[in-house]
Amino acid sequence: MSEKYIARSNGIAARVLDGETIVMNVADSSLFTLNEQATAIWEAADGVTPLREIVSRVICQEFEVDFETAYRDAEEVVTGLAAHGILLVSESPIT
Amino acid sequence: MSTLIDNVMSRARRLGVPISVQLDLTYRCNEQCVHCYLDHGAASEMTAGKVKELLGELAEAGALFLTLSGGEPLLRGDLFEILEHARKLTFCVRLKTNATLIAAAEADRIASLGINEVHVSLYCSQPALHDRITQVPGSWERSLNAIRLLRSRGQNVILVHIVTSLNAGDHQAVQALAHELGTGFRIDATIIPKLDGDRSTAALNVPHAELVEIVTNPAYAGSADEFCVPDSAALDEPLCAAGHNHCYIAPDGGVFPCVQLPLLCGRIGQQRFLDIWRESPRMKEIRAMRRGDLPVCSQCSHAASCWRCPGLALLAGDLRGPSVLDCERSYARTGVAPTGWLRTD
Repeated sequence: MSEKYIARSNGIAARVLDGETIVMNVADSSLFTLNEQATAIWEAADGVTPLREIVSRVICQEFEVDFETAYRDAEEVVTGLAAHGILLVSESPIT
Repeated sequence: MSTLIDNVMSRARRLGVPISVQLDLTYRCNEQCVHCYLDHGAASEMTAGKVKELLGELAEAGALFLTLSGGEPLLRGDLFEILEHARKLTFCVRLKTNATLIAAAEADRIASLGINEVHVSLYCSQPALHDRITQVPGSWERSLNAIRLLRSRGQNVILVHIVTSLNAGDHQAVQALAHELGTGFRIDATIIPKLDGDRSTAALNVPHAELVEIVTNPAYAGSADEFCVPDSAALDEPLCAAGHNHCYIAPDGGVFPCVQLPLLCGRIGQQRFLDIWRESPRMKEIRAMRRGDLPVCSQCSHAASCWRCPGLALLAGDLRGPSVLDCERSYARTGVAPTGWLRTD
């Protein structure tokens, strides 16, 4: 299975409000709220850490969930945010 | 129905987070609009370094929606340095400008920075009257050219049409122009007195018949709910967003609950932003006020629907009294006389 690397898009505005991240795609003003787990993925999206490692190191440890479930959920979140231009996804590091 | 943005604003208010901030970078302007509420005299301005430090404090305080305005912000040679820093801190930036100083190079930079919206004032569909209002020949042409440059680069632009007694009757043509240019369109029919107390600009407010057409026409106002009616009718609701999830910062660092509420709460450079936001007695006083505390307005038949601006009420003489301009809007919308108009003697 290929690795996935994720990075925050430049075309976004974001702020944490009460533990959740409010993210806006500034091009079309679409607004999203990320729950705590999605926020943890968002904050770790540095373009060079594989998603698998983010899930293992951040999600599984902080939220006490098993890896398979957490990775499946994380992929869903990442796919959704990428579709809205919030995250960039690549099979190689994004620098 | 409540939208996600309503939900975010409401949560910010409940948590006491200043999620929306207007920061005027200068009061200097290269136009001299006849209805402007500002004194364009030589007010001091924070340096770019001080503004960037402030932006860091605002981000830390939870501010997300940042409106950069003036005066004309492009008169500052360091505007792009400030914009770049604001975007680095992931603010949602809205830039208010007359756009006359935006040529191809500036349009390129704005479009590349991820500015959410550029708001450009346009007073008329034709050059002559617009230029008469700005008192700068050629300003209409320059604003229009800039809008085209921005739009050709995919930049969101909102054309803001302020209606006065001078340009009344042109709003359909301006809206058509906005459509042709591919911009959004907003209309504002309230001319407020100058912040220094000079009330001469009040005479420029639109005639009643025109006001009725604007405040009752969903084609201009969006939905009547959005334009005229607050989210909740409850008298225990706050007066407005000012001091709850919104504030205004002047070019010299003065912090106010809102640009239209000239109650100085503190000054950046002397205090940290969060200390002013949380501890200023004036900020706390505004925050504690509820619609039910207003002796006249709480008894008014429009209490549930009036979009009363406390700043306009203050400029009319009493923070807790009626705002004459909003009484007129309520009357124009409903035909029912507001309590603020009734004699009490």
